[in-house]
Amino acid sequence: MRLDIVLRVATKFILPLMLVFALYVQFHGDYGPGGGFQAGVIAAATIIVYGLIYGLPAALRIAPPGLVETMIPLGVLIYATVGVVGMLTGGNFLYYSGLAHDQVHGQEWGVFLVEAGVFVTVFSTMLAIFYAFAGRGR
Amino acid sequence: MTLLAAVTIGIIRARDLISVVVLLGIYSFLMATVMVILDAVDVAMTEASVGAGISTVLMLGTLYLTRIEEARPVHSVVLPLFVAGATAAVLLWATPEMPPFGSPGVPVVAAGPDYLGRSVPDTGIPNVVTSTLASYRGFDTLGETVVIFTAGIGVLVLLKRLPRGGRGGDTNTKV
Repeated sequence: MRLDIVLRVATKFILPLMLVFALYVQFHGDYGPGGGFQAGVIAAATIIVYGLIYGLPAALRIAPPGLVETMIPLGVLIYATVGVVGMLTGGNFLYYSGLAHDQVHGQEWGVFLVEAGVFVTVFSTMLAIFYAFAGRGR
Repeated sequence: MTLLAAVTIGIIRARDLISVVVLLGIYSFLMATVMVILDAVDVAMTEASVGAGISTVLMLGTLYLTRIEEARPVHSVVLPLFVAGATAAVLLWATPEMPPFGSPGVPVVAAGPDYLGRSVPDTGIPNVVTSTLASYRGFDTLGETVVIFTAGIGVLVLLKRLPRGGRGGDTNTKV
Protein backbone atom coordinates (compact mmCIF):
# COMPACT_ATOMS: atom_id res chain seq x y z
CA MET A 1 0.00 0.00 0.00
CA ARG A 2 2.93 2.31 0.61
CA LEU A 3 3.59 2.46 -3.12
CA ASP A 4 0.09 3.46 -4.10
CA ILE A 5 0.45 7.00 -5.41
CA VAL A 6 -3.29 7.75 -5.48
CA LEU A 7 -3.78 6.85 -1.85
CA ARG A 8 -0.69 8.76 -0.77
CA VAL A 9 -1.70 11.97 -2.54
CA ALA A 10 -5.34 11.71 -1.50
CA THR A 11 -4.29 11.15 2.11
CA LYS A 12 -2.15 14.27 2.04
CA PHE A 13 -5.20 16.25 0.92
CA ILE A 14 -7.53 14.73 3.48
CA LEU A 15 -5.33 14.76 6.60
CA PRO A 16 -5.23 18.54 7.23
CA LEU A 17 -8.97 18.75 6.68
CA MET A 18 -9.50 15.94 9.18
CA LEU A 19 -7.32 17.63 11.78
CA VAL A 20 -9.08 20.97 11.33
CA PHE A 21 -12.43 19.22 11.53
CA ALA A 22 -11.34 17.56 14.79
CA LEU A 23 -10.41 20.95 16.22
CA TYR A 24 -13.69 22.40 14.97
CA VAL A 25 -15.65 19.61 16.64
CA GLN A 26 -13.65 20.16 19.82
CA PHE A 27 -13.98 23.93 20.11
CA HIS A 28 -17.37 24.31 18.48
CA GLY A 29 -18.89 21.62 20.70
CA ASP A 30 -20.58 24.33 22.76
CA TYR A 31 -22.60 25.45 19.75
CA GLY A 32 -22.85 22.49 17.41
CA PRO A 33 -22.80 18.73 17.78
CA GLY A 34 -19.66 17.16 19.10
CA GLY A 35 -17.29 17.54 21.98
CA GLY A 36 -14.13 16.11 23.43
CA PHE A 37 -14.93 12.46 22.76
CA GLN A 38 -15.82 12.85 19.09
CA ALA A 39 -12.96 15.26 18.45
CA GLY A 40 -10.50 12.91 20.12
CA VAL A 41 -11.63 10.00 17.97
CA ILE A 42 -11.38 12.06 14.78
CA ALA A 43 -7.92 13.34 15.67
CA ALA A 44 -6.77 9.81 16.48
CA ALA A 45 -8.25 8.63 13.16
CA THR A 46 -6.08 11.20 11.41
CA ILE A 47 -2.91 9.69 12.83
CA ILE A 48 -4.23 6.17 12.20
CA VAL A 49 -4.92 6.92 8.53
CA TYR A 50 -1.43 8.38 8.24
CA GLY A 51 -0.01 5.25 9.83
CA LEU A 52 -2.01 2.99 7.51
CA ILE A 53 -0.89 4.70 4.35
CA TYR A 54 2.67 5.75 5.17
CA GLY A 55 3.55 2.90 7.50
CA LEU A 56 3.66 2.62 11.26
CA PRO A 57 7.14 4.16 11.78
CA ALA A 58 5.97 7.41 10.16
CA ALA A 59 3.02 7.61 12.54
CA LEU A 60 5.27 6.79 15.47
CA ARG A 61 7.46 9.76 14.52
CA ILE A 62 4.49 12.17 14.65
CA ALA A 63 3.05 10.81 17.88
CA PRO A 64 5.71 8.90 19.82
CA PRO A 65 4.30 6.07 21.95
CA GLY A 66 5.87 7.50 25.10
CA LEU A 67 4.03 10.79 24.62
CA VAL A 68 0.79 8.97 23.82
CA GLU A 69 1.05 6.86 26.94
CA THR A 70 1.70 9.93 29.06
CA MET A 71 -1.35 11.61 27.60
CA ILE A 72 -3.73 8.79 28.65
CA PRO A 73 -3.61 9.60 32.40
CA LEU A 74 -2.96 13.29 31.67
CA GLY A 75 -6.49 13.79 30.33
CA VAL A 76 -8.06 12.21 33.40
CA LEU A 77 -5.80 14.38 35.57
CA ILE A 78 -6.90 17.55 33.74
CA TYR A 79 -10.52 16.60 34.32
CA ALA A 80 -10.01 15.75 38.01
CA THR A 81 -7.90 18.87 38.58
CA VAL A 82 -10.75 21.04 37.31
CA GLY A 83 -12.96 19.27 39.84
CA VAL A 84 -10.50 19.85 42.69
CA VAL A 85 -10.04 23.51 41.73
CA GLY A 86 -13.82 23.81 41.91
CA MET A 87 -13.59 22.53 45.48
CA LEU A 88 -10.82 25.03 46.31
CA THR A 89 -13.00 27.89 45.10
CA GLY A 90 -15.53 26.97 47.70
CA GLY A 91 -17.97 24.67 45.95
CA ASN A 92 -18.49 20.99 45.42
CA PHE A 93 -16.28 18.72 43.31
CA LEU A 94 -16.57 19.80 39.65
CA TYR A 95 -18.13 23.13 40.68
CA TYR A 96 -17.32 25.32 37.66
CA SER A 97 -19.04 28.53 38.61
CA GLY A 98 -16.17 29.67 40.81
CA LEU A 99 -13.54 29.34 38.09
CA ALA A 100 -14.09 32.90 36.79
CA HIS A 101 -15.57 36.12 38.07
CA ASP A 102 -19.12 35.48 37.03
CA GLN A 103 -20.95 32.21 36.95
CA VAL A 104 -21.52 31.84 33.20
CA HIS A 105 -17.86 32.45 32.41
CA GLY A 106 -16.85 29.94 35.05
CA GLN A 107 -19.14 27.34 33.52
CA GLU A 108 -17.71 27.99 30.06
CA TRP A 109 -14.15 27.63 31.36
CA GLY A 110 -15.05 24.49 33.27
CA VAL A 111 -16.71 22.84 30.30
CA PHE A 112 -13.84 23.89 28.03
CA LEU A 113 -11.17 22.43 30.30
CA VAL A 114 -13.13 19.28 30.98
CA GLU A 115 -13.68 18.70 27.27
CA ALA A 116 -9.96 19.22 26.73
CA GLY A 117 -9.27 16.50 29.30
CA VAL A 118 -11.70 14.14 27.57
CA PHE A 119 -10.06 14.93 24.22
CA VAL A 120 -6.56 14.15 25.49
CA THR A 121 -7.56 10.85 27.05
CA VAL A 122 -9.71 9.63 24.14
CA PHE A 123 -7.16 10.65 21.51
CA SER A 124 -4.24 8.96 23.21
CA THR A 125 -6.18 5.84 24.20
CA MET A 126 -7.41 5.23 20.64
CA LEU A 127 -3.90 5.78 19.35
CA ALA A 128 -2.31 3.56 21.99
CA ILE A 129 -4.71 0.73 21.17
CA PHE A 130 -3.94 1.13 17.47
CA TYR A 131 -0.20 1.08 18.13
CA ALA A 132 -0.58 -2.00 20.31
CA PHE A 133 -2.44 -3.87 17.55
CA ALA A 134 -0.36 -2.62 14.64
CA GLY A 135 2.94 -3.15 16.42
CA ARG A 136 2.21 -6.83 16.97
CA GLY A 137 2.19 -7.65 13.29
CA ARG A 138 5.79 -6.74 12.64
CA MET B 1 -34.38 -0.38 8.89
CA THR B 2 -34.80 -2.90 6.08
CA LEU B 3 -31.21 -2.24 5.10
CA LEU B 4 -30.16 -2.83 8.72
CA ALA B 5 -31.90 -6.19 8.72
CA ALA B 6 -30.32 -7.11 5.38
CA VAL B 7 -26.85 -6.17 6.59
CA THR B 8 -27.37 -8.14 9.82
CA ILE B 9 -28.33 -11.25 7.87
CA GLY B 10 -25.29 -10.69 5.70
CA ILE B 11 -23.06 -10.51 8.77
CA ILE B 12 -24.45 -13.78 10.07
CA ARG B 13 -24.26 -15.58 6.72
CA ALA B 14 -20.78 -14.50 5.65
CA ARG B 15 -17.89 -16.76 6.60
CA ASP B 16 -15.14 -14.55 5.22
CA LEU B 17 -14.24 -12.35 8.17
CA ILE B 18 -13.02 -9.42 6.08
CA SER B 19 -16.42 -9.06 4.49
CA VAL B 20 -17.95 -9.34 7.97
CA VAL B 21 -15.80 -6.39 9.11
CA VAL B 22 -16.84 -4.33 6.08
CA LEU B 23 -20.49 -5.20 6.70
CA LEU B 24 -20.12 -4.16 10.34
CA GLY B 25 -18.82 -0.79 9.13
CA ILE B 26 -21.85 -0.44 6.88
CA TYR B 27 -24.07 -1.39 9.81
CA SER B 28 -22.48 1.36 11.94
CA PHE B 29 -23.08 3.96 9.24
CA LEU B 30 -26.72 2.86 8.93
CA MET B 31 -27.08 3.15 12.72
CA ALA B 32 -25.55 6.63 12.47
CA THR B 33 -28.23 7.63 9.94
CA VAL B 34 -30.89 6.25 12.27
CA MET B 35 -29.45 8.47 15.04
CA VAL B 36 -29.53 11.50 12.71
CA ILE B 37 -33.19 10.76 11.97
CA LEU B 38 -33.81 10.67 15.73
CA ASP B 39 -32.10 14.11 16.01
CA ALA B 40 -29.24 12.71 18.08
CA VAL B 41 -26.41 14.17 16.01
CA ASP B 42 -23.81 13.78 18.75
CA VAL B 43 -24.49 10.06 19.05
CA ALA B 44 -24.49 9.72 15.26
CA MET B 45 -21.07 11.32 15.10
CA THR B 46 -19.71 8.99 17.76
CA GLU B 47 -21.21 5.95 16.07
CA ALA B 48 -19.80 6.90 12.67
CA SER B 49 -16.30 7.68 13.92
CA VAL B 50 -15.90 4.91 16.50
CA GLY B 51 -18.12 2.17 15.06
CA ALA B 52 -17.34 2.59 11.41
CA GLY B 53 -13.89 4.12 11.66
CA ILE B 54 -11.68 3.06 14.54
CA SER B 55 -13.18 -0.33 15.31
CA THR B 56 -13.06 -1.32 11.63
CA VAL B 57 -9.36 -0.50 11.56
CA LEU B 58 -8.77 -2.39 14.82
CA MET B 59 -10.67 -5.45 13.60
CA LEU B 60 -8.77 -5.45 10.31
CA GLY B 61 -5.56 -5.20 12.32
CA THR B 62 -6.64 -8.21 14.36
CA LEU B 63 -7.50 -10.13 11.21
CA TYR B 64 -4.02 -9.40 9.91
CA LEU B 65 -2.66 -11.20 12.99
CA THR B 66 -5.04 -14.16 12.77
CA ARG B 67 -6.78 -16.10 10.02
CA ILE B 68 -9.48 -14.54 7.88
CA GLU B 69 -11.74 -17.58 7.68
CA GLU B 70 -14.31 -18.17 10.37
CA ALA B 71 -13.68 -21.46 12.17
CA ARG B 72 -16.31 -24.17 12.08
CA PRO B 73 -18.28 -24.31 15.35
CA VAL B 74 -16.95 -27.02 17.63
CA HIS B 75 -19.95 -27.39 19.90
CA SER B 76 -23.60 -27.91 19.12
CA VAL B 77 -25.64 -24.77 18.44
CA VAL B 78 -28.55 -25.83 20.66
CA LEU B 79 -27.43 -24.18 23.91
CA PRO B 80 -26.44 -20.76 22.40
CA LEU B 81 -29.68 -20.81 20.40
CA PHE B 82 -31.66 -21.48 23.58
CA VAL B 83 -29.88 -18.67 25.49
CA ALA B 84 -30.40 -16.19 22.66
CA GLY B 85 -34.03 -17.20 22.24
CA ALA B 86 -34.71 -16.95 25.98
CA THR B 87 -33.10 -13.50 26.19
CA ALA B 88 -35.12 -12.30 23.22
CA ALA B 89 -38.30 -13.68 24.79
CA VAL B 90 -37.60 -11.88 28.10
CA LEU B 91 -36.87 -8.61 26.29
CA LEU B 92 -40.03 -8.88 24.20
CA TRP B 93 -42.02 -9.76 27.31
CA ALA B 94 -40.69 -6.66 29.11
CA THR B 95 -41.15 -4.25 26.20
CA PRO B 96 -44.91 -3.60 26.68
CA GLU B 97 -44.13 -2.47 30.24
CA MET B 98 -42.10 0.46 28.91
CA PRO B 99 -43.95 3.78 28.74
CA PRO B 100 -44.83 4.84 25.18
CA PHE B 101 -42.15 6.83 23.33
CA GLY B 102 -42.26 10.49 24.40
CA SER B 103 -45.11 10.10 26.86
CA PRO B 104 -45.36 12.82 29.54
CA GLY B 105 -44.40 11.83 33.07
CA VAL B 106 -41.33 9.83 32.10
CA PRO B 107 -38.34 11.44 33.88
CA VAL B 108 -36.52 12.07 30.59
CA VAL B 109 -39.44 13.91 29.06
CA ALA B 110 -40.46 15.65 32.29
CA ALA B 111 -37.00 17.00 33.10
CA GLY B 112 -36.04 17.87 29.53
CA PRO B 113 -37.69 21.29 29.20
CA ASP B 114 -36.17 22.34 32.52
CA TYR B 115 -32.64 21.70 31.25
CA LEU B 116 -33.46 23.20 27.85
CA GLY B 117 -34.56 26.39 29.55
CA ARG B 118 -31.74 26.52 32.08
CA SER B 119 -28.79 25.73 29.84
CA VAL B 120 -28.12 29.17 28.34
CA PRO B 121 -28.70 31.28 31.48
CA ASP B 122 -26.72 28.85 33.65
CA THR B 123 -23.80 27.98 31.45
CA GLY B 124 -23.97 30.16 28.32
CA ILE B 125 -23.78 27.02 26.15
CA PRO B 126 -26.47 26.69 23.48
CA ASN B 127 -25.78 23.00 22.82
CA VAL B 128 -27.68 21.33 25.65
CA VAL B 129 -26.00 17.98 25.03
CA THR B 130 -22.62 19.50 25.82
CA SER B 131 -23.81 21.44 28.86
CA THR B 132 -25.59 18.39 30.24
CA LEU B 133 -22.67 16.04 29.70
CA ALA B 134 -19.91 18.33 30.86
CA SER B 135 -21.60 20.43 33.50
CA TYR B 136 -24.83 19.06 34.95
CA ARG B 137 -23.58 15.50 34.78
CA GLY B 138 -19.87 16.19 34.97
CA PHE B 139 -19.36 13.39 37.45
CA ASP B 140 -20.73 10.87 34.94
CA THR B 141 -18.44 12.13 32.24
CA LEU B 142 -15.46 11.93 34.59
CA GLY B 143 -16.39 8.31 35.14
CA GLU B 144 -16.59 7.73 31.40
CA THR B 145 -13.17 9.25 30.91
CA VAL B 146 -11.78 6.97 33.60
CA VAL B 147 -13.41 4.02 31.79
CA ILE B 148 -11.61 4.94 28.57
CA PHE B 149 -8.39 5.39 30.54
CA THR B 150 -8.84 1.95 32.08
CA ALA B 151 -9.54 0.40 28.68
CA GLY B 152 -6.38 1.90 27.25
CA ILE B 153 -4.28 0.75 30.19
CA GLY B 154 -5.80 -2.73 29.94
CA VAL B 155 -4.98 -3.08 26.26
CA LEU B 156 -1.45 -1.84 26.86
CA VAL B 157 -0.94 -4.29 29.71
CA LEU B 158 -2.15 -7.18 27.56
CA LEU B 159 -0.53 -6.36 24.25
CA LYS B 160 2.56 -4.30 24.86
CA ARG B 161 6.13 -5.40 25.37
CA LEU B 162 5.55 -9.09 25.01
CA PRO B 163 8.53 -11.07 23.84
CA ARG B 164 8.11 -11.66 20.13
CA GLY B 165 7.90 -15.27 19.00
CA GLY B 166 9.59 -16.56 22.14
CA ARG B 167 13.01 -15.44 20.99
CA GLY B 168 15.45 -15.15 23.87
CA GLY B 169 17.16 -11.84 24.57
CA ASP B 170 14.46 -9.91 22.74
CA THR B 171 12.40 -9.13 25.81
CA ASN B 172 13.76 -5.64 26.25
CA THR B 173 12.67 -4.32 22.85
CA LYS B 174 9.56 -2.27 22.94
CA VAL B 175 6.90 -3.48 20.52
